[in-house]
Amino acid sequence: MMRRYLCLLGLCCSSLAFAADDPARARARDLYLGEAYYRAYQGDYFDAITRLDTELAQFYRLDDPKLDPLHFRVNRANFSVGDFELSYRMHQRAGRAIKAIMQSSVDPAIRNEAAYRLAHIQVETDDPRAALETIDSIKGPIPENIRSDVLFLRAQIYMLTGKFTDAIEILRDLRGDKKYDGFAGYNLGIALIQSGREQDGYEVLDKVGQIDSDDPGTLAIKDKANLLLGNRLIAAGKPALAKHFLDRVRLMGPYSNKALLSDGWANAAVGQYNRALVPWNILIKRNVTDRAVQEALLGAPYAYSKLKLHGRAAVLYGNALQQFTAELDKLDASLKSIREGKFLKALTRDELKEDKDWVVKLRELPDAPETYYLLDLMASNDFQESLQNYVDLDDLRKRMQAWNTNLDAYQDIISQRRQYYAGVLPGVDNRFRELDSRMRLRLQQRQALDDRLKNMLISPRPDFLATADERIVGQELNGIEDQYKNDHSPAGDDVRRRIKRLRGLLLFRIRTTYDRRLTLAYKHLHQLDGSVARLNEIYRSFVRNRQAATLSYEGYDDEIRQLRNRIRDAKEKVDTLMAQQGDVLNTMATDELEKRRQRLEEYQVQARFAMAESYDRATKKQMEQPPAKK
Amino acid sequence: MKRLRKYVLFGGLLLLWASTGMADEVSREQIKGLDEQVQDIKEDVLGISAELTQLEEKLLYPSNTQVSVFVSFDNGANFPLDSLKIKIDGQDASSHIYSYKELGALRAGGVQRLYTGNVSSGEHTLDVSMISKAAGTSAITDVGSYKFTKSVKPALIEIHLGGPGSIGFRD
Repeated sequence: MMRRYLCLLGLCCSSLAFAADDPARARARDLYLGEAYYRAYQGDYFDAITRLDTELAQFYRLDDPKLDPLHFRVNRANFSVGDFELSYRMHQRAGRAIKAIMQSSVDPAIRNEAAYRLAHIQVETDDPRAALETIDSIKGPIPENIRSDVLFLRAQIYMLTGKFTDAIEILRDLRGDKKYDGFAGYNLGIALIQSGREQDGYEVLDKVGQIDSDDPGTLAIKDKANLLLGNRLIAAGKPALAKHFLDRVRLMGPYSNKALLSDGWANAAVGQYNRALVPWNILIKRNVTDRAVQEALLGAPYAYSKLKLHGRAAVLYGNALQQFTAELDKLDASLKSIREGKFLKALTRDELKEDKDWVVKLRELPDAPETYYLLDLMASNDFQESLQNYVDLDDLRKRMQAWNTNLDAYQDIISQRRQYYAGVLPGVDNRFRELDSRMRLRLQQRQALDDRLKNMLISPRPDFLATADERIVGQELNGIEDQYKNDHSPAGDDVRRRIKRLRGLLLFRIRTTYDRRLTLAYKHLHQLDGSVARLNEIYRSFVRNRQAATLSYEGYDDEIRQLRNRIRDAKEKVDTLMAQQGDVLNTMATDELEKRRQRLEEYQVQARFAMAESYDRATKKQMEQPPAKK
Repeated sequence: MKRLRKYVLFGGLLLLWASTGMADEVSREQIKGLDEQVQDIKEDVLGISAELTQLEEKLLYPSNTQVSVFVSFDNGANFPLDSLKIKIDGQDASSHIYSYKELGALRAGGVQRLYTGNVSSGEHTLDVSMISKAAGTSAITDVGSYKFTKSVKPALIEIHLGGPGSIGFRD
């Protein structure tokens, strides 16, 4: 029982620790990390883990991860994966991941945080010895936000390993910590009782039972402390003292039914049957599937009979008998439904996942007898874990069904793309080849001009800088010169002289403006470079898009085939496990309901005999009364 | 009657102290063994899920055209966001009505991926229309607009909300 309680408390503290991480979460501005938190805050741990796993895998594949924004929060991301895995009940993987962090060369504070988390997992997986070793390995600085969590976990581990004196020492110091308001005190009380200091333990529990708080968790632990004290005192033969503590338990809290029942027995034990009737009469109006209510159905007429109100007792026994019979019918219906497989179907209703009180809601469904006693079944940790595993497996099964549909759609997209591009790409490629060769030619020309200009800086070549008009004039002069090359008359000589003069003029003009022309040539080349850069940009963009077009349908076949195979294999395993897990749940439910059935049958027998006895006594009493005067 | 009382009282105490031995018929080893197998299959399926996520991104939203729009609350923001609607270049892209759980996740620092799609390289406009509505009050509508440039890398735009009248953008 102790272990069970501590584990439950551990879960509670886990959520506390999670909530206390808020500043770190607020800093988690990396969008993908934030997206994972968004999922996790809604209890969707599968998607949260998938998101972070994907991001971390991409991060570790980067050539230079230090440039990625995730770099600054990679430890936080790793811890978060561990947290999510823990919440998704993947203790093995979370443990492995955290051990890897501990073994890496990280800051001592991070290693200590990892050790704390690992110890937490070890407590949850029922391995307190390993947890003790892990928690003892914490040395040096501990992050501020988990300091009290580490202390509380250490105390829990000490309690689980029988080191009550050490646990007491820690829990005493933790009592002032607002985060563990009530929880530290309750555990301290238990540790003191377990260490043999019963009276000290009662005093601490008494204080816990008087805490003033609005927090639902603290109020629940307050009720639990009072209920525990009350029951311990009843068991110790001090029922009068017990009432004081039982009266403190709230009438509408999770422990109210048990407290009302015990309160009635505490009063009955000191002979105050009229007072015992007060809590029991409240209790018998509550949901009759509750064990405490069923017991009160016998308790109330018992109190009336002790008050010698045998007629009233007989009526209430009759009422109890009626209710027990109805409950037995319900149990039979529940058992029948379970055997027909309806129980498992009810547990996996989609609409229930939206409601945090789904277990309570299920009990109220008129057409689902298989779930009337679910709340009682949920009292068992084993059942809760098995149920959660079953629900998770059902979720995996549904996801894989959806994935197969998605893969069908992907293949359809790929095939349509292939078909479309098969018609378009050959024409595009031909046109591209043509443009590509033209572009290359132009780029070669540009390079030749660049080389020529560079050479002209070393050895000037004015003729290279002649304008088109000047080159035409030069060619015309060459033509005229050719025309007169055989004419040795004075007119021919005159033409040659004039040609020479004109050539000289042309050369003079080019040489005197050589620097200006060279500068202008460089300027034009620079302008050309702008256009070339734009051309290259368009070229690269085209190449990217062209590659993207091919990549949009090529290379997926193997990947999709492999994924389909993996999904098929995983689905087979999930189906097998679901069947096994379902059998376990059905067996557990059937066993529990059979036990409840057996108890109700015993109650029924008791009620039947007690009713008969009460009727006898009532009749006898009536007969003993003097006849009324006429 | 004494017997009844003794029985019921004993039963009552049993009930109160019960640590439940429900799993007597189903052994702890069986439960633990199954649990370990469930953990193993979860690991397998998570691996498939991560690969599918990458495949989906590669196939449907290649980085040269990918644009994703995220929604977050500013630190301390706590207002009754009812719905968001976004348009990219004047075309409806996504709209969302928020549940209680989703608002809680945003308030706690979570970031919602509202939209993932494809746009061409170059300049684009994102328009946001936000409706906030507290119980018993009339709805308040706010609008915001943001210009962004799509390059070769995926475009990630964050809409951060501070409350009615406060729509901010980051990319």
